[in-house]
Parts: sequence; structure tokens; C-alpha cells
Amino acid sequence: MSTTSAPARRLTRKQRRRVSLGLQYALLVVLVLAFAFLADWGTLKENFGNTDLAREMFPDVITTAMVNTVKYTVFGFLLGLLLGLVLALMRLSQIRAYRALAGLYIEVFRGLPALIIFIFIGYGVPFAFPGWQIPGGLTGQVTLALGLVSGAYMAETVRAGLQAVPKGQTEAARSLGMSSTRAMVSIVIPQAFRIIIPPLTNELVLLLKDSSLVYVLGMTLEQQDLTKYGREITQANFNSTPLLVAGLCYLVLTVPLSYLARRLEARQAKAR
Amino acid sequence: MTATSMAKATATGGRPPVIAICDVHKSFGENQVLKGIDLEVQAGEVVCVIGPSGSGKSTLLRCVNLLEQPTSGTVHVEGIEVTDPDVDIDAVRRRIGMVFQQFNLFPHLTVMDNLTIAQRRVLGRKKDEAERIARRNLERVGLADRGDAYPAKLSGGQQQRVAIARSLSMDPDLMLFDEPTSALDPELVGDVLAVMRGLAAEGMTMLVVTHEMSFAREVASRVVFMDGGVVVEDGHPDQVIGNPQHARTRTFLSRVLDPAAASLGEVPGAPAGSAGSAGSMQGEVAPQVGFERGPGLP
Ligand SMILES: Nc1ncnc2c1ncn2[C@@H]1O[C@H](COP(=O)(O)OP(=O)(O)OP(=O)(O)O)[C@@H](O)[C@H]1O
Ligand SMILES: [Mg+2]
Repeated sequence: MSTTSAPARRLTRKQRRRVSLGLQYALLVVLVLAFAFLADWGTLKENFGNTDLAREMFPDVITTAMVNTVKYTVFGFLLGLLLGLVLALMRLSQIRAYRALAGLYIEVFRGLPALIIFIFIGYGVPFAFPGWQIPGGLTGQVTLALGLVSGAYMAETVRAGLQAVPKGQTEAARSLGMSSTRAMVSIVIPQAFRIIIPPLTNELVLLLKDSSLVYVLGMTLEQQDLTKYGREITQANFNSTPLLVAGLCYLVLTVPLSYLARRLEARQAKAR
Repeated sequence: MTATSMAKATATGGRPPVIAICDVHKSFGENQVLKGIDLEVQAGEVVCVIGPSGSGKSTLLRCVNLLEQPTSGTVHVEGIEVTDPDVDIDAVRRRIGMVFQQFNLFPHLTVMDNLTIAQRRVLGRKKDEAERIARRNLERVGLADRGDAYPAKLSGGQQQRVAIARSLSMDPDLMLFDEPTSALDPELVGDVLAVMRGLAAEGMTMLVVTHEMSFAREVASRVVFMDGGVVVEDGHPDQVIGNPQHARTRTFLSRVLDPAAASLGEVPGAPAGSAGSAGSMQGEVAPQVGFERGPGLP
């Protein structure tokens, strides 16, 4: 049925769309008004918007807490990347035992909550290996915990990247007399990393958030990350503003990174 | 290399053939692709291999530098048995240039780095020396000014010439070409063939899989016609192309040389009136190998 033959009082498609949009806007206005009237603005403002308390957090929240968060994340990421590369190469190995071992590791560490790894590193390891300490103190512990977890995820990403490099690249490299190791290092791995930069960026974002699990390990003041720092001040002042500030600090890092990952992904999709 | 392989080479008296393929069989699972190939290429010869799609031309070429491992039979390159499990295959491959249908330039490296990376990492040449040699070879293929470009910025014909220059930079004793012009737009074929003609004129030993009949006729010292995994005919181009003895050769040639017949059921609008002269068989352009991974390298 074409619209021209419809009775005149029936709405056209354009009119129906307008009505629908109008209803949606009306609902939004009702919700906003309800919130504005029902919310206790005074308490909210006092609890989340205590500007004095927020101001007091600076510059420590940046120079200590945020720096620590970034430090833990980057170290954990680098260890995870290294581990992921090794695991990926093991997964692609001709030797079955290597493939099985890497597969087992990946299954286990992807299947466990990151928190349990942190607790194990913090409390299990001292019991399991009395007299031995993870080198690097707290930083070493966080790096290890984050690295162990993210390595399992990155292994699958890296493997996909290595497999996405066309076989002709290896053949050209080998034809030039390169050994298989040299071809891997100079030709395949650099191209694989280019391919997986977007997913790795997403992994970095996840890791940035997971770094907050450091709270289960004992920390001195100078070692506190954003979450721990925000929580301490919140508990000391019975006020949520510090947590809000800490949260915003995370977003300052994660939002641009996620945006970057999407941009890179889109650019790669176009280049294909 | 082994003592026995050297002994064998010298026992034949005089210079051994640059390539000696002896009773080579190759199967992929159940699929018998090569069924007993014998072929010798002497120093300075240009041998063109022609034949229908799927006849095993690429596989044969790849057996020479062991990108494929023959199921049985032997391949000697400059007297060294490459099929010997103990051979240092990387050392042999340094002396064998290989040019692929899909160019296979390294996309993450500039043209210059494409030409220098193996020189430096494999031959251990210093950066200066490697770049000097690279520039000389870029000049040779007419791309002296493109050293800083990335491969993606080049036309297919330019990429293939860079690939040739990359091989030449390793100072190979022989070159293998696997349909070097089949992935190119017709107007870009000429430049690549010109470079190959130049190489042939300089005395490079070349084993070339091609569908360019005019090139084979003009440049080849010998033409080998393959079909169904065997060499059907092997002789002077005037003989094999001009006066083929076997019915299979004649059938194949009539399809390649007659664009009307060639375009039947293949690419419509193959260049008409190019019979016998250009004879570029666009209908035979094989699909890109792409991202699949077959059984890997040895
Ligand atoms: N890696 C591989 N694994 C399995 N089968 C293969 C492999 N490489 C080649 N083949 C098969 O071997 C046969 C011959 O292939 P080949 O590429 O040597 O033919 P060709 O003469 O070069 O053909 P074209 O003119 O299409 O390039 C084909 O049937 C192909 O499917
Ligand atoms: Mg082929």
C-alpha cells in the first residue's frame, strides 16, 4: 500500500516519527525533573562535591596516586606482553608439549579471577616459598600479578596477529636466506604487532582498571594507587568526593585510550 | 653441503648444471602434483616453464629453493644437494633469488629497508655498503628515486621491480620467477619484462614460470611445457612454441595465443588482437593466496 492512497487522517511517516520523538523527549524531561525535585541536593553536593576536600587531594592524587597506577599498569603490561609473545610462539610451535603447556597456562589464567592471583602473590607465595621474596617489593608483586593475568589474554591476541601475517612474507624472508628465527623477528613479529595495536590498547585499558586490585597487598603511603588513595581519604573524612576525584582520574586515562583504540581499529579496517 | 654431493657434482665433469632436478615427486596428501620431473638448467640459461593452471609449475619452482620439500627425488643447486636433510638451506637460498607473483615486499619497511635488511642481517654487510648496493639495484630497475617510499605507495609494476631489486641485492647466482607479471595490470607488464630481459642479457641464470609467450619466445634459451605434473616438452622456444610435437602442448598454446579462445569462460574483454605479440593471458591470473597458512616451511 503506498502512502498516497491512505486516508488523509492517517499520519504520514514523518509525522509519526515526530510524535515518537516528542514522547521520548517528554519522558526524559519527566525523569530529570523528578530527580531534581526528589534528590537531596544539599547532601549530594556535600558528599560528592566537597571542593575543599578535593583541592586538598592535589597534587598528591596526581604525583603519587596516578603515577603509581600508571607505573603498575605499564610494568604489568610489558611483562604481560613479553609473556604473551612467548606463549603465542609456544602455541604455534611444532613441538606438541609446548603447545599443550601454553594452552594449559592460557586456560588456567583466563579462567581465574584476577583478585585470586593478587592474593596468591601477596600471601600465598610467602607461605609457599618461605625465605624467598618476589624481587622489586610491591612494584614487583603488582607487575607479576598483572603480567601473569594479562599475559594469558595477550597470548591469544598475539597469536592471532602472527597468524594474520600472510605466509608469503615468511616465504620471501626465507628465500632471501633468513633463518626462521630471523624471519620471525624482523618480518613477522613487527607486522603482527602493527595488526594487534588496537586490541592491545584495549588490553591496556582493562589492565589500568585491574591495577586497582593492588589494594589487597599492603602499601605504604607512597605506594598507594588511585583507588587506595581515594578510598583512604574517603574513609577518613566520611565523604565520597575523593572517590569521585580518583574515578575521574581513571577516566582521564581510559577514555582517550579507548578512543585511540577505536580510531586505530577504524583506520586498519579502512586500509584492508 | 656434504662431501658426497660435492663429489657427485665434480664427477659429472666440468661445471655442474646450476639447477639439476632429478625424478622429483611431490604430493600434498593424496594430491600428486609432481610426478617425476627431470630438468637441468645450465649457467646463463633462461628457461621458461609454461603450462595450464594447476599443472605444478609453482610447486616445481618452490622445490628448487625448498619452499616445498619434494616427496622424493633430488634437487641440486650449483652442485649442492638441497634435498639433503643436512644441507644448510639458508646458505643455499642466499644464492637463489626468488620473485613471487604477489611481490611479497615487506610492507612495514621502506623500499630501501626492503633491499637492505637481508643484506645486513644475512650477509652481515655494513649499512653504507648495503645501501650503496641497494641504490645500484634500484637504479637498475628504474626506481632510483623511490627508496624512501613504502611499498603500498607504489604501483604493482613498481613493487615487482623493487622485489627483483631486493633479490638482486643479495648477488644471487640464479633467479626464480613465479608468474612475475600475472598480478599486474596489462599496461604495467612491460616494465617488469624489460627488467627481466636486461637480466637475461647480462647472463643471469633464470628459471621463469610465465604465461608471457612473446617473452618466452624472445628471451628463453629453452621452454618447458608442463601438464599434469610431468614435463611434456622441453626444447628451443621455436620448437616448443612454434612447432609443438604434442597434442597437449598444441591445445594449451592455442588457448593462450588465441585471445578469443582464451577469453572463453574466463575474463571477458581480454586484449584482442594481441595474438602472438603481447599474448598476455589475463584470464589466468590466479586468486591471491591471501592469509591462509598451508603446511609451513621446513
Ligand atoms: N601448499 C599446498 N597444499 C596443498 N595443495 C597444494 C599446495 N600448493 C599447491 N597445491 C596444489 O598443487 C597443485 C599444483 O599447484 P601449482 O601452484 O604448482 O600449480 P601451477 O601450475 O603453478 O598453477 P597456476 O598457473 O594456477 O599458478 C594444485 O592442485 C594445488 O591445489
Ligand atoms: Mg603457480
